[in-house]
Amino acid sequence: MSVALNVLTVVAVVAGAFFFLAGTVGLLRFPDTLTRLHALTKADNLGLGLVVLGLLPHVGSVLAGIKLVAIWLLVLLSGAVASQLIARATRQRDPDA
Amino acid sequence: MMEALNAGLALLLLALAVWTIVARDAFAAVAGFIAYGLLLTLAWVQLSGVDVALTEAAIGGGLTGALLIGAVGRLRDTEATARVERPKALTRALAALVAGAVTVALALCVLTLPDPAPTLAPDVAANIAATGVGNPITAVLLAFRAMDTLLEAIVLVFALIGVWSLAPDRAWGGRPGVRHVADPNGILAYIARVLPPIGIIVGMYIFWAGADHPGGKFQGATILAAMWLLVMMAGLTDAPPISRAWLRIGLVAGPLVFIAIGLAGAVTAGAFLAYPDGYAKPLIIVIELALMPTLALILALLLVGAPQRTIQR
Amino acid sequence: MADFLLAASGFVLLMVAVGLARILRGPGDADRMMAAQLLGTGGIAALLLLGAATGEDAVVDVALTLALLAAFASIAFVKAARTASRDEAATGNEK
Repeated sequence: MSVALNVLTVVAVVAGAFFFLAGTVGLLRFPDTLTRLHALTKADNLGLGLVVLGLLPHVGSVLAGIKLVAIWLLVLLSGAVASQLIARATRQRDPDA
Repeated sequence: MMEALNAGLALLLLALAVWTIVARDAFAAVAGFIAYGLLLTLAWVQLSGVDVALTEAAIGGGLTGALLIGAVGRLRDTEATARVERPKALTRALAALVAGAVTVALALCVLTLPDPAPTLAPDVAANIAATGVGNPITAVLLAFRAMDTLLEAIVLVFALIGVWSLAPDRAWGGRPGVRHVADPNGILAYIARVLPPIGIIVGMYIFWAGADHPGGKFQGATILAAMWLLVMMAGLTDAPPISRAWLRIGLVAGPLVFIAIGLAGAVTAGAFLAYPDGYAKPLIIVIELALMPTLALILALLLVGAPQRTIQR
Repeated sequence: MADFLLAASGFVLLMVAVGLARILRGPGDADRMMAAQLLGTGGIAALLLLGAATGEDAVVDVALTLALLAAFASIAFVKAARTASRDEAATGNEK
């Protein structure tokens, strides 16, 4: 049982780290602001989500597990809102971006 | 592995600090500063200072960043002229010399500390049972060195009064800052309605957890202040005029309760801010409960700034 | 497992460091804000991994606070940038 959980942790954390890599590469290499925003949200949603999934088997209590999921949901919410606001601000400044 | 991580973190911090100083655009420098605060949180965790990491995350990552952003916004017009007026080479050389000398002195002090470094931690651990709290930081802040905490709270009130003193005469007593407007059905208003309840719960939780785990009134108050500021930024509420009675009462209530408990301690337990036996934990809770709204008010109002709008009669 | 989590934390930190280059270069304020946002999320991930690696439970509280305050800071950022661009547009129209 614990071997399976460890395997889940390793797989999930590696996948999450991969999405962070993808998000960072996107942030650096994509041609303009809106596409970079798209890359950034992948790191937010999937990167952090997979890391949280991988860490859930190792928490000490139910409360800690709830906190982990709450952190992910908060980051999702704030990332979504910030992306909207940034995108709108970019549109206003540069209408053909 | 841990050493490699710490070395990498330290290098990253140094590089970011250097870049923040040499960045030409003030906005970019503030972004760098916020990043620096976030990395410093990690550094504190590595140094086993989780309470300090909490405070750094709250103040350094969020509030100071927003404060500097507000300042940069106000200074945008003057940035061009400020860049032109650079000090002469002699001034810069002297400044570099003094900064270098201070760094060398600090480095020498740290490197020549006796090993093991002098510390009162064993004394705290020996006497913590009398305070009734499990977190040694809370015990030091509110029992062993409660005087310092009281004075810090009073200093914060003075700092706020100092910020208010920048108001033009005609605006004294009026509302600070500008009236924010945002689409009431837009996404900014949406998050200003969804996030604060969550923030309040988390803030109260961090405050309550401070008794036995890292946390406490200061970090909790910072989260509450940030949520109030968010609601103000979305235009859902306006900053209160500083002449309001409830505001002024709220600002002094915390320190006054603290002083009252201290005086009561002088009468019942023999010294100012001494706690009678067995009453330490309840008194600490009362002090924290009284100080938290005061701190939240002060932190939020420090960020909003000096009164700018004349009071409507 | 602890070593693996530490290595993962270090990797995420490295990604964040590389992403900081966007703060350096970013041709606009929006790009710098996005890099700061990535830093926030990456910092939270690195913190959670570090906390799990060292067994320190309170680190989750630090990550929770960071999530809230990073949300607040990025909104403050965007608001300030929009006000700035609106002022620029206004003064540009007057000229």
